Amino acid sequence: MTHVRLAGFVAVLPLICALVPSLATEIAPENRRSAYADMSRETKAMQDDDTANPAMLSVLDGEVLWSRKTGAADRSCADCHGDATQSMKGVAARYPAFDAKSGKPVDLEERINLERAEHQKAPPLRFESDELLALSAYVARQSRGEPIAPPNDERLAPFIAAGRAIFDKRQGQLNLSCALCHDDNWGKRLAGNIVPQGHPTGYPLYRLEWQSLGSLQRRLRNCISGMRADVPDYGAPEYVNLELFLMQRARGMTMESPAVRP
Amino acid sequence: MARTLINVPPKAKRGQVVEIKTLISHVMETGYRRNETGVAIPRDIINLFVCTYNGTEIFRADLHQAIAANPFITFFTTATESGTLEFKWTDDNGQVETASAKITVE
Amino acid sequence: MTDKSYSHPTRRAVLVGAAGAGAFGVAPFLTLRRAEATPETMKAAIHRLIGESPVKKGKVTLDIPPLVENGNTIAMSVAVDSPMTEANHVKAIHVFNEKNPQPDIISVHLGPRAGKATFSTRIRLADSQSVVAIAEMSDGTLWSDTVEVIVTIAACLEYN
Repeated sequence: MTHVRLAGFVAVLPLICALVPSLATEIAPENRRSAYADMSRETKAMQDDDTANPAMLSVLDGEVLWSRKTGAADRSCADCHGDATQSMKGVAARYPAFDAKSGKPVDLEERINLERAEHQKAPPLRFESDELLALSAYVARQSRGEPIAPPNDERLAPFIAAGRAIFDKRQGQLNLSCALCHDDNWGKRLAGNIVPQGHPTGYPLYRLEWQSLGSLQRRLRNCISGMRADVPDYGAPEYVNLELFLMQRARGMTMESPAVRP
Repeated sequence: MARTLINVPPKAKRGQVVEIKTLISHVMETGYRRNETGVAIPRDIINLFVCTYNGTEIFRADLHQAIAANPFITFFTTATESGTLEFKWTDDNGQVETASAKITVE
Repeated sequence: MTDKSYSHPTRRAVLVGAAGAGAFGVAPFLTLRRAEATPETMKAAIHRLIGESPVKKGKVTLDIPPLVENGNTIAMSVAVDSPMTEANHVKAIHVFNEKNPQPDIISVHLGPRAGKATFSTRIRLADSQSVVAIAEMSDGTLWSDTVEVIVTIAACLEYN
């Protein structure tokens, strides 16, 4: 079992070395494409059909949680936010956003937990827990079809810059950067897979590799570990900064949440 | 918590062949995966799926570990009369999940 | 690039363990584990379900993509050419594989009320291999279709 993994790793090595190690050049806006475009017919069908998309099971769970009273305040999300199909429309498309209280950006999952603490007096939901994924899937679903619209907030500038720096930085045992694959070599094949541009158009999404729904943070951790670099813990500021940068990079692209990916 | 998604056309003509789609959340643990410490995670799969139409069985499937997580099964049936389709999933621990959908046949 | 980082399996195993220790209890799906089934095991499983009667090629269409993006979830449908009348229908459709640890995939039981002898689902394949679908007709005859599927591994193997 280990030597099959080794074989895979060794096979990939010359391919990685063959990747053009040029200066990271940003993708021109008109050339941006979602990984959806490169998926097989069957996987596209899985995303397009709400009765075939396992992520919709979480969306249904989220709908139930939305109206459930919770916490010491005994309040539901619906009590303040009403009908999510109206109040949450476009919200996921503009997160991460600046949180004035903490003085830094927060992503959708962190915002949900902040709301729980402040208005429901309820404990935070664990990252990647069924409940947090269900709520974020339900909220994100309300942005499906909307253009990604990160806020034009000056306060976000240093964090976007930090996210960009992570994206461009070479790290890990393979000395790779996100940009090397996703800016410079998207569309080319790496061991049978097509390298995507890496736009966060469909999160949280059902990943076939996980056989479950997962957040953008989970995917970023997988990428970083796949590069053989140190993986920061869930909730580390690196993730929000990177997510913020990725949403800027994907500005104007259409939200697909909750998507399906291989 | 909602764990199933059923798609049955709400209306059909008598004699029309209709497609039924079903989706249920289940990890379908094969018994071959190991956790971080190397211990095998016990097998836990849905092994039986049955659909009845006004009480008569119209579809039955024996599932094995090779069925992917969150089993998605689609099949066909002839719309014979108005009534209820009942769906039942049974897993290795004997736990049963059910769902139903109504169909109006003209 | 030196050979050091991948010539020592034990060091890689330690790396996996260290990365895993920080995880939130998510078990990595270890793809391409050494498969235990063989073509003989598949034959035995087939005989166990349908006996020793001869199986003819035809009438059955097994639809699986020949090259799959991910072995964890592969769309599969089986359609059998049959009028599905009381006198002439498909009783059951059985699907088998060659190289997963278990040879059985699914057995579907139908009747004339089905209207169409077609079903679909999503399956797992541990490795590139053959998949066989066998239809049992009401008159006792057996028909089959076989597809060779190529399963690739993900490029960026991850340790959650």
